Parts: sequence; C-alpha cells; structure tokens
Amino acid sequence: MDDMSSRKPNALDLHVPAPRARPGDKPDFSGWSFPEPGDTPRPDIDEPAHDLREYAYGLIRVMDMEGNALGPWTPQIAPEKLRRAIKYMLLTRAYDERMHRAQRQGKTSFYMQCLGEEAIAIAQTMALNADDMCFPSYRQQGILIARDYPLIDMMHQVYSNASDPMKGRQLPVMYSSKKDAFFTISGNLATQVPQAVGWAMASAYSGDGRIASTWLGEGSTAEGDFHAAMTFAAVYKAPVIINVVNNQWAISSFQGIAGGENTTFAARGVGYGMPPLRVDGNDFLAVYAVTQWAAARARANLGPTLIEHFSYRAGPHSTSDDPARYRPGDEARLWPLGDPIERLKTHLISLGEWSEEQHKAAHEAALETVRTTGREAEKVGVLGPEAPPTHTRASMFEDVYKEMPWHLRQQRDEHGV
Amino acid sequence: MASMTMIQALNSALDTMMERDPNVLTFGEDVGYFGGVFKVTEHLQTKYGKKRCFDAPINENGIAAVAVGMAAYGLRPVIEIQFADYMYPAYDQLVSEAARIRYRSAGDFTVPMTVRMPYGGGIRGGQTHSQSPESLFTHVAGLKTVIPSTPYDAKGLLISCIEDDDPTIFMEPKRIYNGPFDGFHDRQVSPWSKHAASDVPEGYYKIPLGKANIVRPGEAVTVLAYGTMVHVALAAAKESGIDAEVIDLRTLVPVDIETIVASVEKTGRCVIVHEATRTSGYGAELSALVQEHCFYKLEAPIERVTGYDTPYPHSLEWEYFPTPPRIIKAMRRVTEV
Repeated sequence: MDDMSSRKPNALDLHVPAPRARPGDKPDFSGWSFPEPGDTPRPDIDEPAHDLREYAYGLIRVMDMEGNALGPWTPQIAPEKLRRAIKYMLLTRAYDERMHRAQRQGKTSFYMQCLGEEAIAIAQTMALNADDMCFPSYRQQGILIARDYPLIDMMHQVYSNASDPMKGRQLPVMYSSKKDAFFTISGNLATQVPQAVGWAMASAYSGDGRIASTWLGEGSTAEGDFHAAMTFAAVYKAPVIINVVNNQWAISSFQGIAGGENTTFAARGVGYGMPPLRVDGNDFLAVYAVTQWAAARARANLGPTLIEHFSYRAGPHSTSDDPARYRPGDEARLWPLGDPIERLKTHLISLGEWSEEQHKAAHEAALETVRTTGREAEKVGVLGPEAPPTHTRASMFEDVYKEMPWHLRQQRDEHGV
Repeated sequence: MASMTMIQALNSALDTMMERDPNVLTFGEDVGYFGGVFKVTEHLQTKYGKKRCFDAPINENGIAAVAVGMAAYGLRPVIEIQFADYMYPAYDQLVSEAARIRYRSAGDFTVPMTVRMPYGGGIRGGQTHSQSPESLFTHVAGLKTVIPSTPYDAKGLLISCIEDDDPTIFMEPKRIYNGPFDGFHDRQVSPWSKHAASDVPEGYYKIPLGKANIVRPGEAVTVLAYGTMVHVALAAAKESGIDAEVIDLRTLVPVDIETIVASVEKTGRCVIVHEATRTSGYGAELSALVQEHCFYKLEAPIERVTGYDTPYPHSLEWEYFPTPPRIIKAMRRVTEV
C-alpha cells in the first residue's frame, strides 16, 4: 500500500493538513505577515459589507510593541477605564491560576483557563452595554469578571458546592447569569451561536435596544451551528456580533484542521455578505475598537458583524490535556503578538497612567482577592467524595420541567429523597 | 363552533394565540407567504405581518436554534419542521439545548418554544416523508411530546403547548389532516366534517397536557394509541366486534398513567399500536409501564402492533402500515387467552 513508486502518474493524493511545528520542533510563524499597527483604515459603520471584504485578510492593530496607540482605530478610553481593564485581566489570570491548581489538588473535576486570551472577553464586555446579551463559549470568564459578577459565585460553581448557583448540575466553568446578560454555557460547541442570533432577532422583533454577542473557537467554526448562525444572522440582519476566537489550537488540532490553511476565519463572513473584521486579539485597544464599531453597526439596524480575534491559547485546552504532547513548549512565549496583559501595561505606562509599582500592587491585590475568596468558597465546600445532603440529592429531580411530572416524582421517591 | 379540518384547527390555534399574545410568532420553511406546504400557517402573514410569520432558510438546525434564542429572550416561538423526517439536523438543539437549559441553568433560563412537525405515513411519502420519530423525543428528559388525533384536540393541545413554559414537541399526524383515515386505504375516507370532533370553537380553549382520552369505552381489551392509529384502532374494534377500550394518549410525555392503569386493570388485556418502528419504540415504554403497574391484573401478554423495523418502504406502504386486520389479530390473540 505504501509503495509510492507503484503509484500511477497523476494519481490523486489526499491532503491532510499538519502544523508547521510539533513537540521538539522550533516554533515557526514564518508563514504569517501582519500589517503594521495603525495601518488599517477605519470604515464608517454603514459601509456596505461588500466594500469591507479586504478586512477579512488583514489584521486590525492599534498598539505597537512599545505601547504606542496608532491609527484611526485608536479608541477613546479614559485612563481610569484602562486601569480597570488591566485589573480585570490580572484578576482573571489570577483566578484561572488558582482554579487550575484547585483541580490539580483534587478539589474539583475540571477547569479551563483563558490564559493569553484575557483581552478579548474583557475588552469586548467593556465596549458593550451592561445589558447586551452574551452567549459565550467556555473561555470567556472575563465577561463575568468585567461585569463584576461575584468571584465567589464563580468559585462555588467550579466547586459544585452547596452555594453553586447551578446546583451542581454543570461541569465547572459552565456559568449562567441572566441578570448579568450572560447565557448558560452549554459545553457542546457552537450551539450558542445560532441561539445568539435568535436572541438578537427577538430583540429586534421586540423593538428593544439590546444587541447580542457570541463567541466560539476557530475549531468549532466547522460545526453546522456556526453556518446556520451565519445564514440566519445575514438573512434577517440580526443585531449580533459573532466572535471567532482563533487561538490556533482546538485541543490538539491546529487551526488548519478547521480550514485555516486555505483562508482566514474572518473570510467566512465574505460568503455570507457580512462585515468580516480580523483583529489582533492580544491588543486590548484594537479589540475594544472593533467591538465598538460592530456594536454601533448592529444598534443602527445595519446587522451582524463577524470578528476573528487572532490570538494564541497559551495554556492547555483544559485540565484534561497536556499541550507538550502536541505542540512546541515555547510557542506561547514566542507568539509574535505578545501577551495581552503585558501589552496593555506597556501602553498605560507609556501614557504615564500606570507604573511598574502600580502593576505589581494590582497583581498582588488580584492574588489576594483570589486567595481570600477561595478560602471562603472552600469553607462552603468542594467537589468531593462525601455524600451530599438530602436536600441536594432531591434537587437532582428539580428543574427538568417547571412542574415535576408524575414519573419524576416516582423516581425521586424510589431514590429515597 | 365551526366545522374544521385538523389543518384549519391548527391554523385557528396559531391565529388565536397570535391574536392574544404579541410574544407568539411562527416561522419555518415556506411558512410565511405560502402558508406552509400543508397550509397550517395560511393567511397568518397577511394578518400579522411578516415579522410574526415568516419563511426560514432550509436549515432545521438553525430554525431550532433561533427559536431557543428567541424563547430565552422571552418570546414564545412556534416553529414548523416541514416533515418530521427533516428534524434530525435540529436534534442536537432540541436534545442538548432546548431540553436542558432550564436544568443546567437551575431555572435561570427557560425555553418556552413549540416545535410543530407533521409525521407519519400512509401518504405515499417514502422513507423521507413518512417517519414517526416520537420515541426519539419521549426518551429525552426535559421535552414534552404531544400528538393529537382530532381537530378539536389539535387546537386545544397546540394552545396548551404554546402556553407551556417548557419546550414541547407537537407532532401532527398528517395522514388525518383532512379526514379521520381508518387504515383501510382502499376505502373512501370520510371527511372531518362528518366527525363530531371537527366542531371546533373559534376562540381560545385548552386541552391539558398529560390527560388521555377514552375514545371508545369497552371491557374486553385496552388499546393504547395516538395520532392516526386512534382511528385505525377504532375501525379494528368496529370491524371485529371486539369490545375494545380505545385510549387516545394525546400526550406521550408526561403520559396519563392513571387512565391507562384504570383501563388495563378493568380489561386485563392490552394492545399497543403505533406506526413507528417497533424496537425501542414508544410502545416498549408503554408495555413496561403496563407491566409495572398492572402485572397481577393481566390475563394475557401485552401485544404491540407497530411499523416493522425497516426503513419506511415506498411501494410496500400498506404492508408496513399497521392496518385494522393486524390490530384485530392482536386483539384476538390477547382476548382468546
């Protein structure tokens, strides 16, 4: 079978994409070229989608590596807001670090960090209104943090303890908070994307002013749900922002397995007649600016925008995989677009609005918040081998339906709770 | 009161609810301008505008998902899956999403949506327009599954589904859209206008979910059926002279266990009829329930008369379809024990 010499001339050959580098190889980013920061023009929000196609193949960048904000996409953000942003990012990273460790210590079953991607959820949340509806995937914990959702409730959820707002029903990190306009996370990939479109259509139907925003990874753009979402969003001009977080890796599969060898993920928008913005996802200012643009367009009844956030998943997919088994160990460190927290820090310092000392203090404050909150949460309980109390056991049968039907009452009684 | 076909009754249910509640809207393939391939949504776009009754792209996955998002917003969408056979692309959204959002969010979000779909055979539809996939829904925690058998029930049950705060699967037996087909395909089908249950109030009324209907009281054997098979079972009782008690379940989940148990305890015999394939079909659940609740009153084994475990055959439709003679044979087997 493998005797290639016996192949017929002009025989067909199956192409299976492979990344440039695997463990033991040097990271190789040579195939990529990025426009310089500030070089990409900023169109008006009512520019027809067909005039925006080139944005799918560029990269909107604002900050250079020295922290200067350049060009027409530079957003006007008060320094106080930027300081809040960097504190949210530091808190998110500290929270992730602690909960990842808690899983390693056996205090919960599972955890997922957003290491390296903090700018995306946090900049976008800060650019949206507080009541704009978010349909996240599982790596946008920054939304809740930037909406000042109680950190302790996130921990209760991760520990599935007696104070878990989800009553221990969901895997860790699958939060839900309707009052914070944060949709219940599924755990199935991309299902939330067409749901966000439906929510946005309902908002438009109702004459509301709220828009929807949804996130998925580049890997799950291959799902039918993504294409259903793109079709419906485009057809009905739904006021929704569809964010593809291209963090290069879907567990062990590089982005080429989802189609990234042939085109960009932003370019998926071209075929649907949707503005396709491609942005440096590690550039807080650029992410903020494109989100503002897309939100203003949606609010003006001009329909959806697809945004590809070009980034890098610096941590493992979850606590269940070891990236050293499928990619070079120093790929994250050598990522050409840097680390989002370091870059915003450099910018703020260059503005004279931040300092190394302030940054260190903010970092320590985040660690301390996470430590003290963590201790409080663990006092309530962690996911462990002890039998849960009876009222918790009985709750297994609740909320399947609004009212419990006879067969569930019978099963609850059989179970003896 | 007006005499209505099942299609007209369903249309009247949607009209009634769209009139009463601005949060009710409907969409699906060909549902808007054209009024649906079976005309269930006819005139609704003219009356309520295209924002409340509109055409959807041919993407059942998207239709279901968009309805989930709308319901999460607070609307009460009613979607049409053009044929139940087309629902598989929507299945993940119904099973993994709609059915579980209340539970997984501990009641934070709910999904009050209704999924209408014509199902069943006997229309020369072949394997892609004849299936009865109800057990794929009854197996799912968090969904309610409802199947009417008359115009009167169709309207009252559909209104109950639309007002229900949980996702409901509303399966329409399309063989009896225009008349109570009794399983004798070589005979003239009587129109709904000659049937008492075609008297349908113009306004609002509900038939509660979870309540079965004893459509023919009897002493000899309990026949459990729903949809088209209710009429086939009635014809079997009439043809055979067997004093069967025919129960129209109307709701499959949650099922009316009390009515079933009371009947089987009285007759001591039970025949279950459905069009769907037999293995792991809803009849298996009914059989298990009857056995669990009525074992010591049973005088004979429980029988199932169902579609066979084959894809739905086109040319051999009437070999496959559970007809009155097959039901009569089963009734005889259990009553002659």
